[in-house]
Amino acid sequence: MIIVKRKPLEEILEMTKDFKKLLILGCDGCASIIQVGGERQARILKLLLEMGQKIKGNGKLKAQAISILRQCDRQIATSSLDPIIAEYDAVVSLSCGVGVQTIADLYKGKLIIPAINTHFLGMHDTKAEKFYEMCLACGDCLLFETGGVCPLTRCAKSLLNGPCGGQASGKCEVGGWQNDCAWVLIYNRLKARNQLDLFGKFRMPRDYRVSGHPRELGGEKENEEGKT
Amino acid sequence: MRREAHSKLMKQINEGNFVFTGELEPVKTTKLDEVIEGARILKDHVVAINITDNPTAFGYMNALVPSYMIQREAGVEAVYQMTTRDRNRLGLISDVLAAGALGIKNILALTGDHTTVGDTPQAKPVFDLDSATFVYMLRKMMDEGVDLNNNQIEDPPKFSIGIAAAPNADPLEPELLKIKRKVDLGIDFIQTQCVYSAEQAQNFLEAASFLKTPILIGIAPFKSISMMDWMIKFVPGIKVPKEIEEILRKAKKIGGKQAVYEANVEIFGEMLKEIRKTTTAAGIHTMAIGFEWIVPKIIERAGL
Repeated sequence: MIIVKRKPLEEILEMTKDFKKLLILGCDGCASIIQVGGERQARILKLLLEMGQKIKGNGKLKAQAISILRQCDRQIATSSLDPIIAEYDAVVSLSCGVGVQTIADLYKGKLIIPAINTHFLGMHDTKAEKFYEMCLACGDCLLFETGGVCPLTRCAKSLLNGPCGGQASGKCEVGGWQNDCAWVLIYNRLKARNQLDLFGKFRMPRDYRVSGHPRELGGEKENEEGKT
Repeated sequence: MRREAHSKLMKQINEGNFVFTGELEPVKTTKLDEVIEGARILKDHVVAINITDNPTAFGYMNALVPSYMIQREAGVEAVYQMTTRDRNRLGLISDVLAAGALGIKNILALTGDHTTVGDTPQAKPVFDLDSATFVYMLRKMMDEGVDLNNNQIEDPPKFSIGIAAAPNADPLEPELLKIKRKVDLGIDFIQTQCVYSAEQAQNFLEAASFLKTPILIGIAPFKSISMMDWMIKFVPGIKVPKEIEEILRKAKKIGGKQAVYEANVEIFGEMLKEIRKTTTAAGIHTMAIGFEWIVPKIIERAGL
């Protein structure tokens, strides 16, 4: 899922200080699953902003907290927001950057204020205490040959032909020897499966056009292999 | 497969001579005097000198200029170190062509330490290529006379290509398999990070013998105790035997800086002698940054 984190309250207060009627918009997608941007968090943020602006002497803020199923879905967003959005001066979005931009695109005259920083595509550990980046959305998946470990994402240098000399006992020098060396993980997985031939394979320079910004997908006619 | 040697370094290795190489570090300066002076000190004792490329991700003078200058001013062959950390493939092609134009004979193809371990950790790391894909590009440029997209190169360059190896890597097998990829692509020699005993060298050389590629064993004497402590703490894969550590610390206590130098000559002289006698190393790569004068003394002590 998309891993997000709420911005510091001070920053959100500063961005919202000129508005009297705010819609605090939660998202029940990824942001809600990791308990950063769901309905509950929207309600908490509403209270914090109302209190904060009062303390700062910015006058009385009237905010309403709601949550919608997905901010990144145009249909869901319009059916929920069309009837009510005109009542508000601005929207504070508790969604990832995709959600914020979808709402901003739907309501171009309205200011959409991001209350969240979008970090990465990741998963959490077994205790759900920490999140780990897993995928760069590179558009050219090679997990089949790397034992289900993405070197582009999990190697600090995104090496296609690792490991480098910066690993010791399977740990990476980047980040002070805390993180696993992705290439040692790959080696261990492939070795256990008797697939070291895949480890030894030389991987050609990547075509970075595949992941060059801004990317688009679909709209073209695809042939039988699914390639355009 | 043995390729044609394009450098004095490779010719000597191919002729079976036990070679010595040196290393110089152009730092954060616009002055070339120190590098040229260092090259003059090393000149009669080594066959070639590495010029480092923003080592440990510190922003220093571009390595190509001093590589050229030590050849021109000191008359000693350069091993131009190139990392893929700071340039994308376009930048690498430019610099490789420029190196060819300036008569550089050796390139050491490196991935490079990560930007975050250096003196400008906010920098965007490039790593468009890694050391393997860089070797692939170099071979294409040299052997086929084209770049990665098969565009013709007028008067393609000729280099001998080296790569680095981490002899104390743990686990070692992925390191060896990684080197094997590059050996298969076509490299001429391997240069190791520093070892601190003949045994470390021997173990690696035995494990790497299947690569059938000349290996220069890296040694790095300690300029000071604080440098030793820094290396032990921060450089991955450095394994300094307790005995060496103690001898150097004792030397410092009793006789200060000069005694540390003398202890270095003794320790590394003995180690070299042992490596020469008991291993299949093709030579020794010496890294004595800032005290190059110690290299001839160590070689002399080893009786080589």
